[in-house]
Amino acid sequence: MSSLLEIQGLHKRFGTTEVLKGVDCAVRQSEVVAIIGSSGSGKTTLLRCINMLEDFQAGRIVLDGEEIGYETRDGVRRRKSEKEIARQRALTGMAFQQFNLFPHLTAAENVMLGLVKLKRMSRDEARTLAMRWLDRVGLAERADHFPGQLSGGQQQRVAIARAIAMQPKLMLFDEVTSALDPELVGEVLQVIKGLAADGMTMMLVTHEMRFAHEVAGRVIFMNGGVIGEEGNPKKMFLAPQTERLAEFLKSSSFN
Amino acid sequence: MFDLQSFLNELWIARWAVLFGLGTTVAISALAIVFGSIVGTLVGLALTYGGRFLRLAVRAYTDFVRGTPVLVLVLASYYVMSTVGINLTPFQAGVLALAVFCSSHVGEIVRGALQAIPKGQMEAAKAIGLTFRQTFLWVLLPQALRQILPTWVNTAAEMVKASTLLSVIGVSELLLRTQEIISRNFLSLEFYFFAGALYFVINFGIELFGKYVERKTAVAGQG
Repeated sequence: MSSLLEIQGLHKRFGTTEVLKGVDCAVRQSEVVAIIGSSGSGKTTLLRCINMLEDFQAGRIVLDGEEIGYETRDGVRRRKSEKEIARQRALTGMAFQQFNLFPHLTAAENVMLGLVKLKRMSRDEARTLAMRWLDRVGLAERADHFPGQLSGGQQQRVAIARAIAMQPKLMLFDEVTSALDPELVGEVLQVIKGLAADGMTMMLVTHEMRFAHEVAGRVIFMNGGVIGEEGNPKKMFLAPQTERLAEFLKSSSFN
Repeated sequence: MFDLQSFLNELWIARWAVLFGLGTTVAISALAIVFGSIVGTLVGLALTYGGRFLRLAVRAYTDFVRGTPVLVLVLASYYVMSTVGINLTPFQAGVLALAVFCSSHVGEIVRGALQAIPKGQMEAAKAIGLTFRQTFLWVLLPQALRQILPTWVNTAAEMVKASTLLSVIGVSELLLRTQEIISRNFLSLEFYFFAGALYFVINFGIELFGKYVERKTAVAGQG
Protein backbone atom coordinates (compact mmCIF):
# COMPACT_ATOMS: atom_id res chain seq x y z
CA MET A 1 0.00 0.00 0.00
CA SER A 2 1.41 3.39 -0.95
CA SER A 3 1.94 6.11 1.61
CA LEU A 4 -0.24 9.13 2.21
CA LEU A 5 2.73 11.10 3.44
CA GLU A 6 6.30 10.62 2.39
CA ILE A 7 9.24 12.55 3.78
CA GLN A 8 12.68 12.20 2.25
CA GLY A 9 15.94 13.68 3.47
CA LEU A 10 14.33 16.54 5.38
CA HIS A 11 16.84 19.14 6.55
CA LYS A 12 15.90 22.19 8.56
CA ARG A 13 18.19 24.90 9.88
CA PHE A 14 17.45 27.83 12.20
CA GLY A 15 20.31 30.14 11.28
CA THR A 16 23.36 27.97 11.76
CA THR A 17 21.70 25.43 14.05
CA GLU A 18 20.63 22.33 12.21
CA VAL A 19 17.47 21.02 13.83
CA LEU A 20 16.51 18.31 11.35
CA LYS A 21 19.45 16.44 9.89
CA GLY A 22 17.90 14.25 7.28
CA VAL A 23 14.59 12.75 8.29
CA ASP A 24 12.99 10.00 6.20
CA CYS A 25 9.63 8.58 7.04
CA ALA A 26 6.31 7.60 5.57
CA VAL A 27 2.79 7.49 6.92
CA ARG A 28 0.10 5.25 5.46
CA GLN A 29 -3.56 6.10 5.15
CA SER A 30 -5.37 5.76 8.51
CA GLU A 31 -2.14 5.26 10.38
CA VAL A 32 -1.60 6.87 13.78
CA VAL A 33 2.01 7.81 14.36
CA ALA A 34 3.25 9.15 17.67
CA ILE A 35 6.44 11.18 17.66
CA ILE A 36 8.33 11.17 20.94
CA GLY A 37 11.71 12.45 22.02
CA SER A 38 13.30 14.89 24.41
CA SER A 39 12.89 18.63 23.87
CA GLY A 40 15.13 19.96 21.14
CA SER A 41 15.13 16.67 19.30
CA GLY A 42 13.22 18.24 16.41
CA LYS A 43 9.87 16.51 16.80
CA THR A 44 7.73 19.66 16.80
CA THR A 45 9.80 21.14 13.98
CA LEU A 46 9.18 18.01 11.92
CA LEU A 47 5.46 18.45 12.38
CA ARG A 48 5.59 22.15 11.54
CA CYS A 49 7.50 21.51 8.32
CA ILE A 50 4.72 19.25 7.07
CA ASN A 51 2.30 22.18 6.85
CA MET A 52 4.95 24.78 6.04
CA LEU A 53 4.73 26.67 9.30
CA GLU A 54 8.48 26.26 8.99
CA ASP A 55 10.45 26.52 5.77
CA PHE A 56 12.99 23.79 5.21
CA GLN A 57 16.26 23.86 3.35
CA ALA A 58 16.47 20.43 1.78
CA GLY A 59 14.42 17.34 1.26
CA ARG A 60 10.96 16.57 -0.01
CA ILE A 61 7.59 16.22 1.69
CA VAL A 62 4.97 14.60 -0.49
CA LEU A 63 1.38 14.47 0.73
CA ASP A 64 -1.08 12.44 -1.32
CA GLY A 65 1.10 12.80 -4.40
CA GLU A 66 1.64 16.57 -4.00
CA GLU A 67 5.01 18.01 -3.18
CA ILE A 68 4.54 20.36 -0.23
CA GLY A 69 5.95 23.86 -0.17
CA TYR A 70 8.64 23.65 -2.83
CA GLU A 71 9.00 22.78 -6.47
CA THR A 72 12.05 22.02 -8.51
CA ARG A 73 12.11 23.43 -12.01
CA ASP A 74 15.17 23.25 -14.27
CA GLY A 75 17.15 21.96 -11.33
CA VAL A 76 16.31 25.01 -9.20
CA ARG A 77 14.40 24.48 -5.98
CA ARG A 78 12.04 27.28 -5.14
CA ARG A 79 9.30 27.97 -2.65
CA LYS A 80 5.82 27.77 -4.06
CA SER A 81 3.64 30.89 -4.14
CA GLU A 82 2.00 31.95 -0.86
CA LYS A 83 -1.38 31.23 -2.36
CA GLU A 84 -0.38 27.71 -3.33
CA ILE A 85 1.16 27.10 0.09
CA ALA A 86 -2.03 28.33 1.76
CA ARG A 87 -4.02 25.85 -0.33
CA GLN A 88 -1.64 23.04 0.61
CA ARG A 89 -1.82 23.91 4.29
CA ALA A 90 -5.53 23.16 4.17
CA LEU A 91 -4.67 19.58 3.20
CA THR A 92 -3.47 19.08 6.74
CA GLY A 93 -5.11 20.10 9.97
CA MET A 94 -3.16 21.12 13.03
CA ALA A 95 -3.87 21.37 16.73
CA PHE A 96 -1.45 23.36 18.85
CA GLN A 97 -0.12 23.16 22.37
CA GLN A 98 -1.62 26.57 23.17
CA PHE A 99 -4.95 25.87 21.36
CA ASN A 100 -4.72 29.19 19.49
CA LEU A 101 -8.45 29.69 19.23
CA PHE A 102 -9.49 33.05 17.83
CA PRO A 103 -10.56 34.89 21.00
CA HIS A 104 -12.94 37.30 19.25
CA LEU A 105 -15.05 34.48 17.78
CA THR A 106 -17.36 32.03 19.52
CA ALA A 107 -16.59 28.32 19.49
CA ALA A 108 -18.92 27.80 16.54
CA GLU A 109 -17.51 30.79 14.66
CA ASN A 110 -13.98 29.47 15.20
CA VAL A 111 -14.98 26.28 13.43
CA MET A 112 -16.95 28.16 10.78
CA LEU A 113 -14.27 30.63 9.70
CA GLY A 114 -12.38 28.27 7.40
CA LEU A 115 -15.58 26.75 6.07
CA VAL A 116 -17.00 30.12 5.10
CA LYS A 117 -13.83 31.80 3.85
CA LEU A 118 -12.13 28.85 2.17
CA LYS A 119 -14.78 26.26 1.42
CA ARG A 120 -17.16 29.04 0.41
CA MET A 121 -20.04 27.62 2.41
CA SER A 122 -23.01 29.76 3.36
CA ARG A 123 -23.14 30.68 7.04
CA ASP A 124 -26.05 28.29 7.59
CA GLU A 125 -24.27 25.35 6.00
CA ALA A 126 -21.09 26.14 7.91
CA ARG A 127 -23.01 26.49 11.15
CA THR A 128 -24.67 23.10 10.66
CA LEU A 129 -21.35 21.43 9.99
CA ALA A 130 -19.67 23.25 12.87
CA MET A 131 -22.40 22.11 15.23
CA ARG A 132 -21.91 18.54 14.08
CA TRP A 133 -18.21 18.66 14.88
CA LEU A 134 -18.72 20.47 18.17
CA ASP A 135 -21.21 17.81 19.10
CA ARG A 136 -18.65 15.22 18.14
CA VAL A 137 -16.13 16.68 20.62
CA GLY A 138 -18.90 16.98 23.19
CA LEU A 139 -19.28 20.76 23.13
CA ALA A 140 -22.48 21.43 21.22
CA GLU A 141 -23.97 23.24 24.20
CA ARG A 142 -20.91 25.52 24.38
CA ALA A 143 -21.14 26.57 20.72
CA ASP A 144 -21.89 30.21 21.45
CA HIS A 145 -19.31 30.66 24.18
CA PHE A 146 -16.16 32.61 23.55
CA PRO A 147 -12.80 30.89 24.11
CA GLY A 148 -12.25 32.99 27.24
CA GLN A 149 -15.31 31.35 28.77
CA LEU A 150 -14.09 27.80 28.16
CA SER A 151 -11.70 25.61 30.12
CA GLY A 152 -8.39 24.60 28.57
CA GLY A 153 -9.65 21.14 27.74
CA GLN A 154 -12.77 22.56 26.12
CA GLN A 155 -10.71 25.07 24.14
CA GLN A 156 -8.47 22.31 22.85
CA ARG A 157 -11.46 20.26 21.79
CA VAL A 158 -12.88 23.24 19.90
CA ALA A 159 -9.47 23.70 18.26
CA ILE A 160 -9.51 20.07 17.16
CA ALA A 161 -13.06 20.47 15.81
CA ARG A 162 -11.92 23.57 13.93
CA ALA A 163 -9.13 21.61 12.25
CA ILE A 164 -11.16 18.47 11.53
CA ALA A 165 -14.09 20.39 10.06
CA MET A 166 -11.85 21.35 7.14
CA GLN A 167 -11.62 17.63 6.31
CA PRO A 168 -7.84 17.42 6.18
CA LYS A 169 -6.15 14.35 4.77
CA LEU A 170 -3.76 14.34 7.69
CA MET A 171 -4.12 15.66 11.24
CA LEU A 172 -1.11 16.99 13.11
CA PHE A 173 -1.23 17.24 16.89
CA ASP A 174 1.54 19.25 18.50
CA GLU A 175 1.72 18.43 22.21
CA VAL A 176 -1.98 19.15 22.52
CA THR A 177 -2.19 18.12 26.17
CA SER A 178 1.02 19.74 27.48
CA ALA A 179 -0.65 23.00 28.51
CA LEU A 180 -3.59 21.32 30.22
CA ASP A 181 -4.25 20.60 33.86
CA PRO A 182 -3.90 16.87 34.46
CA GLU A 183 -7.62 16.36 35.01
CA LEU A 184 -8.40 17.89 31.62
CA VAL A 185 -5.99 15.74 29.63
CA GLY A 186 -8.34 12.77 29.48
CA GLU A 187 -11.18 14.51 27.65
CA VAL A 188 -8.83 15.65 24.87
CA LEU A 189 -7.20 12.26 24.50
CA GLN A 190 -10.66 10.71 24.32
CA VAL A 191 -11.47 12.89 21.31
CA ILE A 192 -8.23 11.93 19.58
CA LYS A 193 -8.89 8.28 20.26
CA GLY A 194 -12.31 8.62 18.66
CA LEU A 195 -10.79 10.15 15.55
CA ALA A 196 -8.26 7.34 15.35
CA ALA A 197 -11.09 4.84 15.51
CA ASP A 198 -12.72 6.65 12.57
CA GLY A 199 -9.64 6.05 10.48
CA MET A 200 -8.24 9.57 10.50
CA THR A 201 -4.55 9.64 9.58
CA MET A 202 -2.69 11.34 12.39
CA MET A 203 0.75 12.32 13.55
CA LEU A 204 1.04 13.38 17.13
CA VAL A 205 3.92 14.82 19.01
CA THR A 206 3.30 13.85 22.59
CA HIS A 207 4.73 13.42 26.05
CA GLU A 208 1.94 11.07 27.03
CA MET A 209 3.81 7.80 26.68
CA ARG A 210 0.90 5.77 27.94
CA PHE A 211 -1.35 7.36 25.34
CA ALA A 212 1.18 6.84 22.54
CA HIS A 213 1.39 3.24 23.61
CA GLU A 214 -2.34 2.86 23.56
CA VAL A 215 -3.40 4.67 20.43
CA ALA A 216 -0.43 4.78 18.06
CA GLY A 217 0.20 2.08 15.50
CA ARG A 218 3.77 3.21 15.24
CA VAL A 219 6.11 5.34 17.31
CA ILE A 220 8.93 7.48 16.00
CA PHE A 221 11.63 8.38 18.47
CA MET A 222 13.39 11.59 17.44
CA ASN A 223 16.91 12.04 18.68
CA GLY A 224 19.24 14.90 17.76
CA GLY A 225 17.42 15.81 14.54
CA VAL A 226 17.16 12.31 13.13
CA ILE A 227 14.88 9.35 13.71
CA GLY A 228 16.59 7.39 16.44
CA GLU A 229 14.29 4.44 16.39
CA GLU A 230 10.85 3.61 15.10
CA GLY A 231 8.43 0.76 15.21
CA ASN A 232 5.60 -0.87 17.03
CA PRO A 233 5.00 0.88 20.37
CA LYS A 234 4.68 -2.31 22.34
CA LYS A 235 8.01 -3.63 21.15
CA MET A 236 9.73 -0.25 21.39
CA PHE A 237 8.62 0.55 24.90
CA LEU A 238 9.29 -2.90 26.27
CA ALA A 239 12.52 -3.61 24.45
CA PRO A 240 14.16 -0.42 23.17
CA GLN A 241 16.90 -1.21 20.66
CA THR A 242 18.99 1.88 21.31
CA GLU A 243 20.50 3.07 24.53
CA ARG A 244 19.21 6.60 23.89
CA LEU A 245 15.60 5.45 23.77
CA ALA A 246 16.03 3.27 26.84
CA GLU A 247 17.35 6.32 28.69
CA PHE A 248 14.54 8.51 27.42
CA LEU A 249 11.86 6.06 28.45
CA LYS A 250 13.39 5.68 31.87
CA SER A 251 13.25 9.44 32.44
CA SER A 252 9.75 9.84 31.05
CA SER A 253 6.57 9.09 32.89
CA PHE A 254 6.04 5.74 31.21
CA ASN A 255 7.06 2.79 33.31
CA MET B 1 -17.55 92.27 33.08
CA PHE B 2 -19.58 89.40 31.64
CA ASP B 3 -22.74 90.61 30.03
CA LEU B 4 -24.88 87.68 28.87
CA GLN B 5 -27.24 89.87 26.90
CA SER B 6 -24.57 91.44 24.73
CA PHE B 7 -22.73 88.14 24.31
CA LEU B 8 -25.86 86.43 23.03
CA ASN B 9 -26.49 89.40 20.81
CA GLU B 10 -22.99 89.26 19.31
CA LEU B 11 -23.21 85.49 19.01
CA TRP B 12 -26.40 85.83 17.01
CA ILE B 13 -24.72 88.31 14.70
CA ALA B 14 -21.74 86.01 14.28
CA ARG B 15 -23.76 82.81 14.09
CA TRP B 16 -22.90 81.94 10.47
CA ALA B 17 -19.24 82.66 10.96
CA VAL B 18 -19.16 80.38 14.00
CA LEU B 19 -21.08 77.65 12.22
CA PHE B 20 -18.86 77.77 9.14
CA GLY B 21 -15.80 77.72 11.34
CA LEU B 22 -17.15 74.76 13.24
CA GLY B 23 -18.06 72.99 10.00
CA THR B 24 -14.58 73.56 8.59
CA THR B 25 -12.94 72.27 11.75
CA VAL B 26 -15.08 69.15 11.74
CA ALA B 27 -14.58 68.58 8.01
CA ILE B 28 -10.79 68.99 8.17
CA SER B 29 -10.48 66.81 11.25
CA ALA B 30 -12.73 64.11 9.82
CA LEU B 31 -10.87 64.01 6.49
CA ALA B 32 -7.50 63.97 8.23
CA ILE B 33 -8.60 61.20 10.60
CA VAL B 34 -10.08 59.07 7.81
CA PHE B 35 -7.13 59.40 5.42
CA GLY B 36 -4.62 59.29 8.24
CA SER B 37 -6.17 56.11 9.61
CA ILE B 38 -6.21 54.38 6.24
CA VAL B 39 -2.60 55.29 5.48
CA GLY B 40 -1.69 54.62 9.11
CA THR B 41 -3.09 51.09 8.93
CA LEU B 42 -0.90 50.44 5.90
CA VAL B 43 2.04 51.99 7.75
CA GLY B 44 1.41 49.71 10.72
CA LEU B 45 1.16 46.67 8.43
CA ALA B 46 4.41 47.58 6.71
CA LEU B 47 6.15 48.10 10.05
CA THR B 48 4.97 44.72 11.32
CA TYR B 49 5.06 42.44 8.31
CA GLY B 50 7.06 44.32 5.67
CA GLY B 51 10.42 43.20 4.30
CA ARG B 52 13.54 44.76 5.72
CA PHE B 53 13.78 47.51 3.09
CA LEU B 54 10.12 48.50 3.29
CA ARG B 55 10.25 48.47 7.08
CA LEU B 56 13.28 50.73 7.11
CA ALA B 57 11.71 53.21 4.68
CA VAL B 58 8.41 53.36 6.57
CA ARG B 59 10.21 53.57 9.90
CA ALA B 60 12.14 56.60 8.60
CA TYR B 61 8.86 58.19 7.51
CA THR B 62 7.09 57.74 10.85
CA ASP B 63 10.09 58.77 12.93
CA PHE B 64 10.60 61.86 10.80
CA VAL B 65 6.95 62.90 10.95
CA ARG B 66 6.61 62.16 14.65
CA GLY B 67 9.74 64.13 15.39
CA THR B 68 8.46 67.20 13.56
CA PRO B 69 6.15 69.78 15.17
CA VAL B 70 2.72 69.75 13.55
CA LEU B 71 3.02 73.47 12.87
CA VAL B 72 6.09 72.78 10.74
CA LEU B 73 4.19 70.10 8.82
CA VAL B 74 1.36 72.56 8.23
CA LEU B 75 3.67 75.31 6.99
CA ALA B 76 5.63 72.85 4.87
CA SER B 77 2.61 71.37 3.14
CA TYR B 78 1.35 74.83 2.27
CA TYR B 79 4.54 76.71 1.38
CA VAL B 80 6.97 73.97 0.35
CA MET B 81 4.62 71.99 -1.84
CA SER B 82 4.05 75.01 -4.05
CA THR B 83 7.80 75.29 -4.74
CA VAL B 84 7.70 71.85 -6.36
CA GLY B 85 4.72 72.80 -8.48
CA ILE B 86 1.94 71.35 -6.35
CA ASN B 87 -0.41 74.18 -5.52
CA LEU B 88 -2.78 73.28 -2.74
CA THR B 89 -5.51 75.43 -1.29
CA PRO B 90 -5.04 76.14 2.42
CA PHE B 91 -7.81 73.64 3.12
CA GLN B 92 -6.13 70.89 1.08
CA ALA B 93 -2.70 71.64 2.52
CA GLY B 94 -4.18 71.50 6.00
CA VAL B 95 -5.83 68.13 5.42
CA LEU B 96 -2.58 66.81 3.94
CA ALA B 97 -0.48 67.95 6.90
CA LEU B 98 -2.85 66.59 9.51
CA ALA B 99 -3.39 63.32 7.63
CA VAL B 100 0.37 62.76 7.43
CA PHE B 101 0.69 63.54 11.13
CA CYS B 102 -2.23 61.25 11.91
CA SER B 103 -0.88 58.40 9.76
CA SER B 104 2.41 58.28 11.64
CA HIS B 105 0.61 58.05 14.98
CA VAL B 106 -1.97 55.54 13.81
CA GLY B 107 0.85 53.55 12.20
CA GLU B 108 2.57 53.18 15.56
CA ILE B 109 -0.69 52.29 17.29
CA VAL B 110 -1.49 49.65 14.67
CA ARG B 111 2.03 48.23 14.83
CA GLY B 112 1.84 47.94 18.59
CA ALA B 113 -1.56 46.27 18.47
CA LEU B 114 -0.54 43.80 15.77
CA GLN B 115 2.65 42.88 17.59
CA ALA B 116 0.70 42.29 20.79
CA ILE B 117 -1.32 39.53 19.11
CA PRO B 118 0.22 36.17 20.02
CA LYS B 119 2.12 34.47 17.18
CA GLY B 120 -0.12 31.44 17.55
CA GLN B 121 -3.05 33.36 16.06
CA MET B 122 -1.27 33.79 12.76
CA GLU B 123 -0.13 30.16 12.85
CA ALA B 124 -3.60 28.84 13.58
CA ALA B 125 -5.00 30.89 10.69
CA LYS B 126 -2.26 29.62 8.39
CA ALA B 127 -2.88 26.05 9.50
CA ILE B 128 -6.51 26.31 8.42
CA GLY B 129 -5.29 27.48 5.03
CA LEU B 130 -6.14 31.19 5.18
CA THR B 131 -4.03 33.48 3.01
CA PHE B 132 -2.30 36.47 4.60
CA ARG B 133 -5.02 38.83 3.40
CA GLN B 134 -7.76 36.64 4.87
CA THR B 135 -5.80 36.20 8.08
CA PHE B 136 -5.38 39.94 8.44
CA LEU B 137 -9.02 40.76 7.70
CA TRP B 138 -10.71 38.07 9.78
CA VAL B 139 -8.26 37.19 12.52
CA LEU B 140 -5.69 39.91 13.17
CA LEU B 141 -7.58 43.13 12.41
CA PRO B 142 -10.64 42.36 14.57
CA GLN B 143 -8.37 41.63 17.51
CA ALA B 144 -6.10 44.60 16.83
CA LEU B 145 -9.06 46.99 16.53
CA ARG B 146 -10.10 46.37 20.12
CA GLN B 147 -6.58 47.26 21.23
CA ILE B 148 -6.36 50.22 18.89
CA LEU B 149 -9.65 51.87 19.72
CA PRO B 150 -8.86 53.66 23.02
CA THR B 151 -5.57 55.10 21.74
CA TRP B 152 -7.10 55.89 18.38
CA VAL B 153 -9.75 57.99 20.10
CA ASN B 154 -6.96 60.01 21.72
CA THR B 155 -5.29 60.53 18.37
CA ALA B 156 -8.55 61.62 16.79
CA ALA B 157 -9.02 64.19 19.55
CA GLU B 158 -5.42 65.36 18.99
CA MET B 159 -6.26 65.92 15.32
CA VAL B 160 -9.19 68.16 16.22
CA LYS B 161 -6.96 70.21 18.50
CA ALA B 162 -4.14 70.31 15.94
CA SER B 163 -6.57 71.66 13.35
CA THR B 164 -6.37 75.02 15.15
CA LEU B 165 -2.83 75.37 13.77
CA LEU B 166 -4.29 75.68 10.29
CA SER B 167 -5.35 79.21 11.17
CA VAL B 168 -1.77 80.29 10.41
CA ILE B 169 -2.11 79.35 6.73
CA GLY B 170 -5.48 81.03 6.53
CA VAL B 171 -7.91 78.16 6.81
CA SER B 172 -11.11 79.63 8.17
CA GLU B 173 -11.62 77.05 10.84
CA LEU B 174 -13.20 77.65 14.20
CA LEU B 175 -10.25 79.39 15.85
CA LEU B 176 -9.58 81.82 12.99
CA ARG B 177 -13.28 82.65 12.73
CA THR B 178 -13.39 83.24 16.46
CA GLN B 179 -10.42 85.58 16.26
CA GLU B 180 -12.09 87.48 13.46
CA ILE B 181 -15.26 87.80 15.50
CA ILE B 182 -13.33 89.01 18.52
CA SER B 183 -11.49 91.60 16.45
CA ARG B 184 -14.90 93.04 15.65
CA ASN B 185 -16.62 92.98 19.04
CA PHE B 186 -13.69 92.69 21.50
CA LEU B 187 -15.55 90.07 23.58
CA SER B 188 -12.38 88.01 23.79
CA LEU B 189 -13.12 86.24 27.07
CA GLU B 190 -16.62 85.18 26.01
CA PHE B 191 -15.80 84.04 22.52
CA TYR B 192 -12.59 82.18 23.37
CA PHE B 193 -14.52 80.36 26.07
CA PHE B 194 -17.26 79.63 23.64
CA ALA B 195 -14.82 78.28 21.04
CA GLY B 196 -13.16 76.19 23.74
CA ALA B 197 -16.53 74.75 24.68
CA LEU B 198 -17.22 73.82 21.06
CA TYR B 199 -13.88 71.98 20.81
CA PHE B 200 -14.74 70.20 23.99
CA VAL B 201 -18.10 69.13 22.59
CA ILE B 202 -16.47 67.71 19.44
CA ASN B 203 -13.87 65.76 21.40
CA PHE B 204 -16.38 64.59 23.96
CA GLY B 205 -18.49 63.33 21.08
CA ILE B 206 -15.51 61.40 19.71
CA GLU B 207 -14.89 59.92 23.13
CA LEU B 208 -18.52 58.85 23.53
CA PHE B 209 -18.40 57.31 20.08
CA GLY B 210 -15.25 55.39 21.05
CA LYS B 211 -16.85 54.14 24.26
CA TYR B 212 -19.92 53.08 22.32
CA VAL B 213 -17.88 51.09 19.79
CA GLU B 214 -15.81 49.58 22.61
CA ARG B 215 -18.96 48.36 24.31
CA LYS B 216 -20.38 47.05 21.05
CA THR B 217 -17.25 45.05 20.25
CA ALA B 218 -16.51 43.78 23.74
CA VAL B 219 -15.87 40.04 23.82
CA ALA B 220 -17.18 37.97 26.69
CA GLY B 221 -14.53 36.20 28.72
CA GLN B 222 -11.81 38.70 27.88
CA GLY B 223 -10.43 41.18 30.37
